[in-house]
Amino acid sequence: MYGLALLYIVLNCGISPSSLTTAGPLRQAALPQNRRALGRWLISHRPVRRQCGFPNEVLRRSLAPLAPLEAPPPHKHGSSMAAADRQRAARQRLQIITGHLQRPTEDQLITAAECKAPETKAQEPGEQRTVPRRRQDVMKWNGWGYSDTKFIYNKKGQAEFTGKRYRLSGMIIPGLKDWMEGTFGASLQHKTPATPLLNSSALQPPTMNEAFAEDLKATPIPFSVEAEDRVFRAHGHCLHEIFALREGKIGRVPDMVVWPSCHNDVVKIVELACKHNICLIPFGGGTSVSSALECPSEETRSIVSLDTSQMNRILWVDEKNLTAHVEAGIVGQDLERLLNESGYCTGHEPDSMEFSSLGGWVATRASGMKKNIYGNIEDLVVHVKMVTPRGVIEKSCQGPRMSTGPDVHHFIMGSEGTLGVVTEVTLKIRPVPEYQKYGSVVFPNFEQGVACLREVARQRCAPASIRLMDNEQFKFGHALKPQVSSIFTSFLDGLKKFYITKFKGFDPDRLCVATLLFEGNREKVLQHEKQVYDIAAKFGGLAAGEDNGQRGYMLTFVIAYLRDLGMDYYVIGESFETSVPWDRVLDICRNVKACIVRECKDKGVQFPPLSTCRVTQTYDAGACVYFYFAFNYRGLGDPVHVFEQVEHAAREEILANGGSLSHHHGVGKLRKEWMRATVSDVGLGMLKSVKDYVDPNNIFGNRNLL
Amino acid sequence: MNGILKDYIFLYTKIHGPVWSSPAQCGGSGLLGARRSSGRSLVPGISGGLGPGAPLFCTRKSEKHLFFPGAVCTESQMAHTYPRSANEELVDILEGTRLSGDLSHALRTFSPQPYKDMTTSSASDLSKKTLDSQYLQYVFKEISAESSLSMEEVKEDARLLLDEMSQNLQLGFIRLMGYTLTKVLKRLYSKIYVNMEGLNTLQQAVRENPCLSLLLDFATLAGMKLVGEILRRSGAFFIRRSIGSDKLYWAVLSEYVKTIVRTGFAPLEFFVEGLRSRTLKSVPPKLGMMHMVLEPYFKGEVFDITLVPISISYDRVLEESLLAHELLGIPKPKETTRGLFKATKVLQEDYGCMHVNFGRPLSVRELCQGKINRCQYNLTPRDLPQVPSADVQACVNWLAHLIVRIQEEGSCISPWSLMACVLLQCPTSTLKDRGMAWTELKDSTLWLRKLALRFRAHLHWPEKASDQDVMSSMVALHRSIVAHEGDRVCLVQEERPRRKFELSAEEEVNRTAATVLMLASYRNQTLHVFLRPAMLATAVQVTNSTQPDELFTFFCFLKDLFSSEFIFVPGESTQDFEEACLLMKGSGAVHMSPEEVTVTEAGQQIVSFLHSLLQPFIQSYQAILEFFSENETKDMPEKQLYPTMRSFVMNLILSGELQTYEALSSDTHKNVLSALCTLRVMTKLRESKENKYQVDTAAVKRISDILCGKISPQLLHRTPHAKL
Repeated sequence: MYGLALLYIVLNCGISPSSLTTAGPLRQAALPQNRRALGRWLISHRPVRRQCGFPNEVLRRSLAPLAPLEAPPPHKHGSSMAAADRQRAARQRLQIITGHLQRPTEDQLITAAECKAPETKAQEPGEQRTVPRRRQDVMKWNGWGYSDTKFIYNKKGQAEFTGKRYRLSGMIIPGLKDWMEGTFGASLQHKTPATPLLNSSALQPPTMNEAFAEDLKATPIPFSVEAEDRVFRAHGHCLHEIFALREGKIGRVPDMVVWPSCHNDVVKIVELACKHNICLIPFGGGTSVSSALECPSEETRSIVSLDTSQMNRILWVDEKNLTAHVEAGIVGQDLERLLNESGYCTGHEPDSMEFSSLGGWVATRASGMKKNIYGNIEDLVVHVKMVTPRGVIEKSCQGPRMSTGPDVHHFIMGSEGTLGVVTEVTLKIRPVPEYQKYGSVVFPNFEQGVACLREVARQRCAPASIRLMDNEQFKFGHALKPQVSSIFTSFLDGLKKFYITKFKGFDPDRLCVATLLFEGNREKVLQHEKQVYDIAAKFGGLAAGEDNGQRGYMLTFVIAYLRDLGMDYYVIGESFETSVPWDRVLDICRNVKACIVRECKDKGVQFPPLSTCRVTQTYDAGACVYFYFAFNYRGLGDPVHVFEQVEHAAREEILANGGSLSHHHGVGKLRKEWMRATVSDVGLGMLKSVKDYVDPNNIFGNRNLL
Repeated sequence: MNGILKDYIFLYTKIHGPVWSSPAQCGGSGLLGARRSSGRSLVPGISGGLGPGAPLFCTRKSEKHLFFPGAVCTESQMAHTYPRSANEELVDILEGTRLSGDLSHALRTFSPQPYKDMTTSSASDLSKKTLDSQYLQYVFKEISAESSLSMEEVKEDARLLLDEMSQNLQLGFIRLMGYTLTKVLKRLYSKIYVNMEGLNTLQQAVRENPCLSLLLDFATLAGMKLVGEILRRSGAFFIRRSIGSDKLYWAVLSEYVKTIVRTGFAPLEFFVEGLRSRTLKSVPPKLGMMHMVLEPYFKGEVFDITLVPISISYDRVLEESLLAHELLGIPKPKETTRGLFKATKVLQEDYGCMHVNFGRPLSVRELCQGKINRCQYNLTPRDLPQVPSADVQACVNWLAHLIVRIQEEGSCISPWSLMACVLLQCPTSTLKDRGMAWTELKDSTLWLRKLALRFRAHLHWPEKASDQDVMSSMVALHRSIVAHEGDRVCLVQEERPRRKFELSAEEEVNRTAATVLMLASYRNQTLHVFLRPAMLATAVQVTNSTQPDELFTFFCFLKDLFSSEFIFVPGESTQDFEEACLLMKGSGAVHMSPEEVTVTEAGQQIVSFLHSLLQPFIQSYQAILEFFSENETKDMPEKQLYPTMRSFVMNLILSGELQTYEALSSDTHKNVLSALCTLRVMTKLRESKENKYQVDTAAVKRISDILCGKISPQLLHRTPHAKL
């Protein structure tokens, strides 16, 4: 494996392997001449894992006199940061890097199995990865996110967000209780607590394929048959999945979990799986909301979950072409953090980016919040490597565009784990933007808001992100405002409210808000901001401040935790999305929301549901719309069934209103039934024939999509 | 309760834009020509679509009420299950105004609750929105390409059309209208009953207040300038009668209607049947308006549309005699504003009671579930002018028929209708000369009442008075048709024209026929109750078979033949047959098993009564079929065809071969023609300007033979009803 890593470096630097044999020629021939360039070179070619790294001796010598180096300025908020700060930051980063390189070198030993992460050693702070093998150690086994973070009602009956990880953490949210009671008719008296611990006896005994296990043991690839490990990989985050876990109900789960550490491990595992007829289910971040991770109940073979979380290195960064080659198991937040450290970013920020993985993004055709600048995953991917039962598929070059028949990447993107495992991806990267600015606009009603977004799209001047929330979500966002300590702030809030509702005459039950995020250099951001606000003004929009905007985006990550709180009090909910032409946006929003309300009532739900939507992305020809719906299920015999019926009806309504089956969540097993109608018979046949060729024995048997 | 209802009447006149696609609605005098050319003239003064078919009140549904306990619209309510509670509360709405005075009524405070998502607020906005719509831009472009007009000129034309039809709401006019309305209604009718239950249901289900269609009578006054203007300012909008060919007019109208539906500007009210029925039978629904109204749902522009079937029935129809004359081909006088004053004579007569029945609100969404694929609009711009697809057409057709059926079932049947049924069982000559014994009439009517109730008729039989009194008052109310002399009831003959002393034999027949047709029209009001069992009874009598299969085949044959005569929901033959069997079984008339249908001893009377109920139709059809099989009509233009047919029938009556005078009705003639076209034994040839018909004589003969039982029916060729 060292050989492989070395080869990448060599190809990148344009030097021959022979020149690496001695220190002298390397220093003279390959290392950049001035220190500044060297610094950048180092950043971009920084080996992420030391054991796959450089001949450290060489580098240590060259790095010694690097102190006053200036790095490209990667800072986020405003350009107010002085040059000195910039330098300090750069120096710090370099010190960290130097630190890596200067560490004692017992792991310099080079072996063929070198790509494996050492288990015993504590990782460097900068190298801290979010996802350990035992995910249950940091994450909830039956809910969203980190174990230490959740919404609770404290002794005073006030909502509180625990933990320390988020801006909202540790804060009291005074409005949440009233909102929950008012919106759902929920009450603190009626609790539905979850089963606290996993009862291993509820699990079916694993269907072991002994021959496979034997062969696997012969490799250094770690695996587990522990109940907790297996249960964690048997689900995504659909409502029915989490609901069942909370009730302690467990269906078919994988019989074994394996943790490959690199591409070659995956090749080996797939080989063995083919040999022993094993069903492999790739597992990335586990954030699926399409039942994609559910084990097919009809599967009789041994099911092995292939957890990619330990394949999480950035293998190289190519500054000349602005690309990075990354292992597919890396989760979004790690990828961004690590790239940020070297002054870059991918800019791909799906709402699930804390936990979802690069491979998962590719496999589901993910979309990020800032796609207006950086593009969706299909725009970001330059090269993909995928291991299939037929072998490894990849392109031979990194040309930015090719006319070579249908793009084979598009068989991989959106394949949802049915064809193979994505192991390595080359992504576009961008320098971290110099300046970021949030913003928000209040519109008198949703119609005006949509009209404004359409105009912004028409003029192709959408900021990095622009989202329009409807009135219900606006109120919801309001309910999530943390307690303000200063009287002045609350006074200001009151004043703002007065200005908008009384002075400007906005109806508080109709107004809606758009949140904005601008990125770029300062001057352009300000110019851009003005352009967008001018358009908004034409549609009756009023600028409503940076805070509202920022809070809107912050809530994105927090909102997922809220479902667990709801589920403690008889409230179940889910979100789903679609994409739709511009002329249909208003109609689809109104109709789907109405459909949810109607269906809930027809199905006997005793309380009015929350049925709300937001427009989250704009395109030239349409928009992406996100729906949230939730209801209080007290009095229902089979709430999950009712829930599924309502969701089904809502999806039917979406399709009948010209919406797509999915914008970025994927199809999984949840939306499979509509695939034929969506892509036509021939289209489905095409996909099937690819599956038949690539995986004739259905090794990747998660039965998604087709 | 009264108060609420009065508000409703008001809302109708004030805010809600009723769409009358029904009788003679012309904006100005310039349009009168169109009416004349359609071969009809209107009664001076008060006239109009007083058939049992009632208007349809359409409105968008509000979501707010969904969580009311016991809210309506929870399940789809099909025809045949018209919801009625045992203790239905009928309320006379005139009583309140009698106490409080019309003026105070007219000056009531008005506070409408608009539709929740209403986006347009004024009528001019509505017009502007219509005119600016993408759809009309496409149409303008098409029209200007076809004609020599520029886009601007076409647009200007459209604007004028829109002005002509559009509403012009003015409260002053509305109040005037309300005042007059109440006055006139009080004059005309002794009582106006409204089912409060239906109205309350409506109130719960729909945020907008519903609108009565009491103004029905006035709709026909629109031809006159003054009244037309008042009506328009009261929120009505007018539709030309012959609009089929005018592309621009059609486009503007449909966009205007759709805009109203889309924006929730106001509930729409229109007559599904689209024209008044001269025979008081339901008329096959007009689909154009229905399609316009439904399309916003199909295209996802609204979440749902709520249809409220409203049935209006009258004890006595205002212009009964004129309708009968029309049917016999005797033209009526022109309609002018002066005629209105003549009509005050009408106002002085007693017209009994009027019944307004609000049906259960129906959700188009639920009704169309699985019947329509709304995805079909996904791939083209929804504004693009397009011919509706087959499944959309079929769905609209089905729904419109269903609504008419529901309205039929909801319409209130008066004792007089039952008496008419009984009277018409008696041969016309006997009825004319000797009359029917009062006791016989009374007993038979009471017997029929029982049967009607078993057949789930919506009967209004005053309970306080004795049966004797009820029937006597009915005869008194209809003294223009029958007279109670001694212990017998006879048909009244029309007054002879003063100048003529000797009437020809034909004129004599026509005189009798006019009265018979009047009487028949009241029978027709109740026909839908007995129709399906009567068809089964006829099948039993004609085929002499007990095999359900054979009976079903004959039943279907009758259904096909009478497809223009009566309303059948397309594609529901089996349900119709089952309903007939069920009703017959329920009344003890037949024994049923999967192998056999046999008439019981007690059922003989029912079967023969029902059989003879349909006889006038069967005989009339036989006569016309005979005409076509015996005469060469290929070169006869349409104009000539009808008089020839009529004189053929006249001769049959004079020679005594044909018993029923109803065969003289032009309505029957038209229906036979259209049925034969549907059955494809007749084809319409459009040569030059005249319509001509080509007839397959052998096929006509075969139909005639099947009808009288000479040969057994095989299923005939029919136009397939699309998917449904």
